Amino acid sequence: MKDELEKRLDRRPNDHPQRTALKDIPVREELLPRTVKTPDGQEIRIDPLQDYYCQAGPTVQTPAYTRIIEDLFNWARAESLWILGFGTGCGAIEMRPLMTPRFDAYRYGIQWRPTPRQANLLVISGYLSVKTLKRAIRAYEQMQNPKYVVGLGSCTINGGMYWDSYNTIKCLDEYMPVDLYITGCMPRPEALLQGFDDLKKLIRAGKAEGANRYAENFDWYKTNQKRVIRDWDMPDYSW
Amino acid sequence: METLYARLKEPFGLTDWVLQKPDLCFVTVAREQLRPLLLHLRDLEGFTHLVLLTAVDWIEEDRFQLTYLLHDRAKARDIGVRLMLPREDASMDSIHELWPTAATYQRELREMFGIDFPGSPRVNEDFILEGWADLPPYRRDFDTLQYAHEAYAERAGRETRDPARHMKEQLYPDGGQDD
Repeated sequence: MKDELEKRLDRRPNDHPQRTALKDIPVREELLPRTVKTPDGQEIRIDPLQDYYCQAGPTVQTPAYTRIIEDLFNWARAESLWILGFGTGCGAIEMRPLMTPRFDAYRYGIQWRPTPRQANLLVISGYLSVKTLKRAIRAYEQMQNPKYVVGLGSCTINGGMYWDSYNTIKCLDEYMPVDLYITGCMPRPEALLQGFDDLKKLIRAGKAEGANRYAENFDWYKTNQKRVIRDWDMPDYSW
Repeated sequence: METLYARLKEPFGLTDWVLQKPDLCFVTVAREQLRPLLLHLRDLEGFTHLVLLTAVDWIEEDRFQLTYLLHDRAKARDIGVRLMLPREDASMDSIHELWPTAATYQRELREMFGIDFPGSPRVNEDFILEGWADLPPYRRDFDTLQYAHEAYAERAGRETRDPARHMKEQLYPDGGQDD
């Protein structure tokens, strides 16, 4: 998979035929620069895209100075996979049995968190429409390092049954750095447990470097994202 | 249902009556008669629930068909009111005052078929397709497959087989006897 990704990273962004936009998408009103009055009567000028969001892009996280320390970190990371409770498609239904006693993923140190700030694993559970992709990117960027992405089901791999849809993306790793795919339509909860186990092995081996890949190839990912998200009305990096 | 049709046929000029099931029938109505008919059905005949409002693109006949499906809870029966619109600059009167939920359907039809409903709340806001700049995707002259190929990156290696041809090749490798 790494070779394939490198091949695609080499490809210039213009290789895709791009459809021309027929209308200009205006920026949302609350994101426009404007003058506001503070509670104490001052008039101040605000530019929400500059003032409310961090403008710096993501940075590459370098490994610890010795191997043994990095291995310790990776062991700790692998043993506490906290999943963001964000179901993007029908695959989210497979999460419920995992949370409950029958499959009980909690015994592997896997739990679900309500906010991106507390999660380090984003499971893209099935097809992603363009509208959801926008939210998924924002959720992913708000997660703190180290963070991982797992693509669930055939829809994330090659479009699955939505291969000819006008509104779903067909290849998730064009837009987000995927560490692991779990095949199936839908994968059973057992397959998810196996997938989480494989992800743990990748993390232990120091190979789950998705977040760093995202930081290194940030412009490439942004170009791809902006190609499908036509109404880009948010900051480039919403940390 | 027959008696209902017999009663309403004359005053509202209903045509093309189809009894799909004992408890489901369809009628076609002219545009100016739609609102009186819906009001009559809602207030006097007990069809209080708007089940759905949807459209069909009859591109060969150059028109859109709107279907208002109403449900009568007390008698457990449905009636579908059909209405034909010209396809060019399709526009229809909003019925959001009769059923507030119609506003959502009208917003969807505006986005997916490009049928305008002037006066309907938030009808021109993006609904599902954010920043859509092409033809409305449910129109039949919109080429979905071509759009999907052009707009979204694909992973190489995906094969699509026509089931009939695939089975023929499997079962009759030498070509078979038929044409």
